[in-house]
Amino acid sequence: MFDFSIATSWLHNFLLSFMPGWLTTTVECVLIGVALLLVYALLALFYIIYERKLCAWFQCRLGPMRVGPWGALQVFADMFKILIKELIRLENIDRFLFALAPYLVIIASMLTFACLPWGNGLQVIDFNIGVFFMIAASSIGVLGILLAGWSSNNKYTLIGAMRSGAQMVSYELSIGLSILTMVVLAGTMSITGLVEAQADGWFLFKGHIPAFIAFVIYLIAANAETNRGPFDMPEAEHELTAGYHTEYSGIHFGFFYLAEYLNLFVVSGIASLLFLGGWMPLHVPGWEGFNAVMDYIPSVVWFLGKAFFISFLLIWFRWSFPRVRIDQMLKLEWKYLMPIGLFNLILMTIIVMYDLHF
Amino acid sequence: MVNLQEKIASLCPSATFEEGEYLLVNVDDKEWYSLAKSLKEELGFDYLVSVIGVDWKETLGCMYYLTSTATNAKVSVKVATADRENPMLHSVSDLWKVALIQEREVFDFFGIVFIGHPDMRRLFMRTDWVGYPLRKDYDDNPELNPIRLDAEENEDNSFVVTEEDGKLTKKEYKIFGENDYVVNFGPQHPSTHGVMRLRCAIDGETINKVIPVCGYIHRGIERLCESKSYPQTLFFTDRMDYMSSCQNRHCLCLCIEKALGLEIPHRVQVIRVMMDELMRMSSHLLSFGCMAMDMGATTAFVYGFREREQILDILEKTTGGRMSQHYHVIGGVAADVHPDFIKDVRELCAIMPERVAEYHKLFTGNIITEKRTQGVGVVSKEDVISYATSGPNGRASGWACDVRKRTPYAVYDELKFDEIVYTEGDSFARYMVRMDEVMQCVSLLEQLCDMLEKEEGNEIAAPKVPKMIKLPAGHWFQEVEASRGTFGVYIESDGGKNPYRMHFSSPCLNHVGAIDTYCAGYKIADLITISASMDYVIPDIDR
Amino acid sequence: MKREDWKDNEYIDQLVEELNASGANVVVGTLDKLINWSRANSLWPLCFGTSCCAIEFMHAAAARHDMARFGFEVLRNSPRQADLLMINGTITYRMAPVLMRLYEQLAEPKYVIATGACTISGGPFIGSHCVVQGVDQLLPVDVYIPGCPPRPEAMFYGMMQLQRKINAQKFFGGANRKEKLKDFLAKHPEEVEAMK
Repeated sequence: MFDFSIATSWLHNFLLSFMPGWLTTTVECVLIGVALLLVYALLALFYIIYERKLCAWFQCRLGPMRVGPWGALQVFADMFKILIKELIRLENIDRFLFALAPYLVIIASMLTFACLPWGNGLQVIDFNIGVFFMIAASSIGVLGILLAGWSSNNKYTLIGAMRSGAQMVSYELSIGLSILTMVVLAGTMSITGLVEAQADGWFLFKGHIPAFIAFVIYLIAANAETNRGPFDMPEAEHELTAGYHTEYSGIHFGFFYLAEYLNLFVVSGIASLLFLGGWMPLHVPGWEGFNAVMDYIPSVVWFLGKAFFISFLLIWFRWSFPRVRIDQMLKLEWKYLMPIGLFNLILMTIIVMYDLHF
Repeated sequence: MVNLQEKIASLCPSATFEEGEYLLVNVDDKEWYSLAKSLKEELGFDYLVSVIGVDWKETLGCMYYLTSTATNAKVSVKVATADRENPMLHSVSDLWKVALIQEREVFDFFGIVFIGHPDMRRLFMRTDWVGYPLRKDYDDNPELNPIRLDAEENEDNSFVVTEEDGKLTKKEYKIFGENDYVVNFGPQHPSTHGVMRLRCAIDGETINKVIPVCGYIHRGIERLCESKSYPQTLFFTDRMDYMSSCQNRHCLCLCIEKALGLEIPHRVQVIRVMMDELMRMSSHLLSFGCMAMDMGATTAFVYGFREREQILDILEKTTGGRMSQHYHVIGGVAADVHPDFIKDVRELCAIMPERVAEYHKLFTGNIITEKRTQGVGVVSKEDVISYATSGPNGRASGWACDVRKRTPYAVYDELKFDEIVYTEGDSFARYMVRMDEVMQCVSLLEQLCDMLEKEEGNEIAAPKVPKMIKLPAGHWFQEVEASRGTFGVYIESDGGKNPYRMHFSSPCLNHVGAIDTYCAGYKIADLITISASMDYVIPDIDR
Repeated sequence: MKREDWKDNEYIDQLVEELNASGANVVVGTLDKLINWSRANSLWPLCFGTSCCAIEFMHAAAARHDMARFGFEVLRNSPRQADLLMINGTITYRMAPVLMRLYEQLAEPKYVIATGACTISGGPFIGSHCVVQGVDQLLPVDVYIPGCPPRPEAMFYGMMQLQRKINAQKFFGGANRKEKLKDFLAKHPEEVEAMK
């Protein structure tokens, strides 16, 4: 399997050969930033068309067809239009916070996005509390949403923001617990460590029962965390018109829109990292030939493939289920998911202590 | 009827009577309230079908159509006042709650103030509207009422006129308290299904009070009718409740035919009923789709529309229209059915059971749907009758109110079907009544296809009606079962070629009048599911 | 059917050609084309339905007709994020100020389509004391789609005509924007004062 760290270290050494150390670091930071931004934008666009096409398929429709081949250029048209659309200046709002909110949302999703393990050796930074950082960064997003709702000076956005605050803070617990469960199994918080630990089998199979429970809890909580149906109350279209971003127009709205889709990718990426081995190919112990074939598939393809698969599941939920009510959603979290998550954590600890996993 | 007349005469000696299709009781306003009370409590007239304001030139007044849900007896009452400057009548809104909204309509159109009505605001017109449009002396000058583009003030001020010992006092008050957090839904809101406006006082996520504000699509149909000939008035019925255009039109045709004493050929009646049932099915499918969409299940919405398209195709082959059919005409139907009609309907009937099962699998059986609809928006049978929320909404609360069964019209008495009645009274029951009625329509359509095949050879001739239709002087009232409840038409004629007064009593107005009872105490999100399960159509409310 | 195959309303295409012939800069011209392409292909309608036409609009969005094919997929409920105000149904006197407010809340560039007989001219409610006899009395309309209600196919036709019109717009260079402003200021001297 190709190790991308060869390429990155070659670039590093190449830059070092004619630059001082500090300049190298700066140049690398800029390069990585630009690369990430590009990938971020492209992936968000891809996700928009991905969801539209899937949704059309569920609903016996065709989806975008006319713009570009099979509607492939539709999202470019959409994004370009949003970019040049008027930004409405509102009276009686908190201008600074109003303008700040979309950036907070997009920065949060960007930071989390940057932590993902893209492939073998293809990672921005690998430090020993990678997963912890990821959770911390992702929870900045709720701040942006709260600010957006509050600063708009609109009752709908306020209700949307309050719902969102309650929802995201609650479901972060479940996400945290299910991630913790997998960290217990892996024994490390480093993202590379997590992936390496799944070389001989993905955690979903290795950790059997508790891992499966954690996976299901994670999927539910991730859906809620990204404000997607059936937990899309903060922007519940048919209750609050457009929820917390009702008052945003132009590119500010575009940021929310992009971040929403990208967060879908981020949570799918984390799920594939924790449960499906990140970029690790499917290995079955004993089947050497099969494993060798699997190794030929590039690691990036593995990672993206898994993430897209989990996104497919989430999109499927979204388009099939009706929306739950806010109190039912909180009940689901505090009365069912969290106790089950806690119990599951203990179960996993016992399994790890007595070495009952594969 | 004679028996009833004697009873009423003993209750109210000063009343005079007129025989007719309904027994008409003329009563003075002073005795009206006490008569109303005994009509309701002693004679069991617990269902107020309609309150119709009429301007009789010398006098202004109301026609009340009453029905007993137990015996199905019917009576109408005429109350009038000669005071045109400051007309006042006694309100019966504490006896029949449906009068709460219907008397407001009369106030809006005729300026009759109802003594004892708790909330006398205009219903359809803007608060700054000059004049009362349905009065015969209304000034139509566009300079008095131009298109105003300034934002309308919130109608917070209401007044109530009370009577104590013969003395009238007017008290003004605000409809919302000072500490109410009022959230405005509409008029442009995705889940109000049109331009309906609901003002909700909320506490956190809980709704304390809902005040509907209507009139954003009030097109003045009743006033327009007064200047049109009878065949011309037919075109408005398709645009009121556009989801039951055939039934509405059927009702108006029946009423005019009743006045003219026309006999309708059996084959025509079968065809009319088939159109009605197809329309009902498509309407219930739309209601399923909208309910699903309001709850966020967009895919179910698209599935509902898939079958609706098939029904529209059948209708279109015969009538040429997708939404507005314009098919029933006075004395018959516009043309014979398309040769493929029976075959298409049979095909539709064949696939529907499977499709409905699919809906149940996709949406009804979903745990989230059940949790969100069961036990939500519960209304008792008494409230349903008092608010006269007929149709599927009434039947979901245990009130057997199907006009097709109660007072059969056309060929409904030849068809075998059972009224679908649920007793829970919650959103889920209202939804299930509709889904079951889709299946009921399938069985009715199959029977009707058989009937139509037997009529082979009886091709329709052009309806035998006079070129200029003039109704004799008098008044008529006709009810049919539209998709959303009892739809009534009142025609008063002075013998001319235009109706003197035409009133459409729409089911949806009653539904909206009861919305506070349905929603208070539930969550904001429930407001959406409840109003989706009530399935009102806004142009039907506002007319 | 491809847009090139249409043989009606060619005057719009001619207009584009004329405008381009009058010496648009290459870079600016290409940018204009890009902008027009993106705007025309991504018209997000505002959900605004008052009566019957709204149901046909829902049919246009549902499976058989599928509005999403043309890029009208995203129905926004908030006017700030929509491009296209599709007036589906009768506008009454009471609704008129609400409609105007919605129109003003739309972010530029905004387009208006009047759908159905009532919206265009009052339709069956002509002569009513409380129906606006044609929304063009209130706001500028780009495309009229007649019908009562128009079929979904007719709505597509109208919306595609709007796309065509958008393709004739100019964002940069402003072939006539400055002249228009001059004309406008010449007619309204009070605005010149206000600008100062």
